[in-house]
Amino acid sequence: MKIKIIVTLKNGVLDPQGKAIQQTLNGMNFSKVDEVRQGKFFEINVNEKDETKAKSQAEEMCKKLLANLVIEDYKII
Amino acid sequence: MKSSVIVFPGSNCDRDMDVALNKFGFKNQMVWHNDNSVPKSDLIVLPGGFSYGDYLRCGSIASKSKIIKSVVDFANSGGLVLGICNGFQILTETNLLPGILQQNKYLNFICKNVFVKIKDKKNKYFKNINKEILELHIAHNEGNFFCSEQELKSLEDNSQIAVTYCDSKGLEDDENNPNGAIKNIAGIFNKNKNVLGMMPHPERMIDKYLSGEDGSLFFENILGNLK
Repeated sequence: MKIKIIVTLKNGVLDPQGKAIQQTLNGMNFSKVDEVRQGKFFEINVNEKDETKAKSQAEEMCKKLLANLVIEDYKII
Repeated sequence: MKSSVIVFPGSNCDRDMDVALNKFGFKNQMVWHNDNSVPKSDLIVLPGGFSYGDYLRCGSIASKSKIIKSVVDFANSGGLVLGICNGFQILTETNLLPGILQQNKYLNFICKNVFVKIKDKKNKYFKNINKEILELHIAHNEGNFFCSEQELKSLEDNSQIAVTYCDSKGLEDDENNPNGAIKNIAGIFNKNKNVLGMMPHPERMIDKYLSGEDGSLFFENILGNLK
């Protein structure tokens, strides 16, 4: 099955790229944009039919490699 | 004294480090990332560069490479492990050092000489060095050191902050903080102070005609402290 994972910076962690994107959007007259946070998106195909098992593997992947828990949160969807 | 420089695909300061180590009397060997173990060494160096193209996060893929287990075992047994630039990033990703190196605050790649203040001399890297401030070179895009408040407190309480960015007189302020690093941190130790990670490159400051010699001081000093 295909698992989708989103990794984003934790709240409160400086995101200079997000800030630059926000300022650019403001400059393009999207004046109501007051925050942009940039993250990463993974699509992982696991050869496993049991959804619970696949998701628990994904959880391990996030903790061990895909996210750095010092600054990032992850969401498995 | 024997040293080993670990070479990852994308390392690019490995040969400069080799030159520096040999120049100051180490018998250096280059060790490939896919080897099973590091040969007997008194010092292991993780060099600068862009290991694995900086994919995912800087240093994250290298921290899972085959050779790393041997490096971690060596560090845990008290061996000296020095990570410069990308090597520092690898050390945080292996959890030998706390925190992480984030993208520079102003999103620019910085390549210039900086001054750093030595914050602790009770260790094999800086003991007996007869200067408080060193002029070294930095070249990085992700050198913005960050850690949780708890980790920062623990770094401070255990004197694990090794070097901080400052001006030529030792003033540590925002103006002399090139990348936005928390508390101007340029390098840190682990608790036992046998593992040092730092963004500045001492191997680029070993020639009085081309650069400066504060890097020479650094290497001569480690060698002296190991003897």
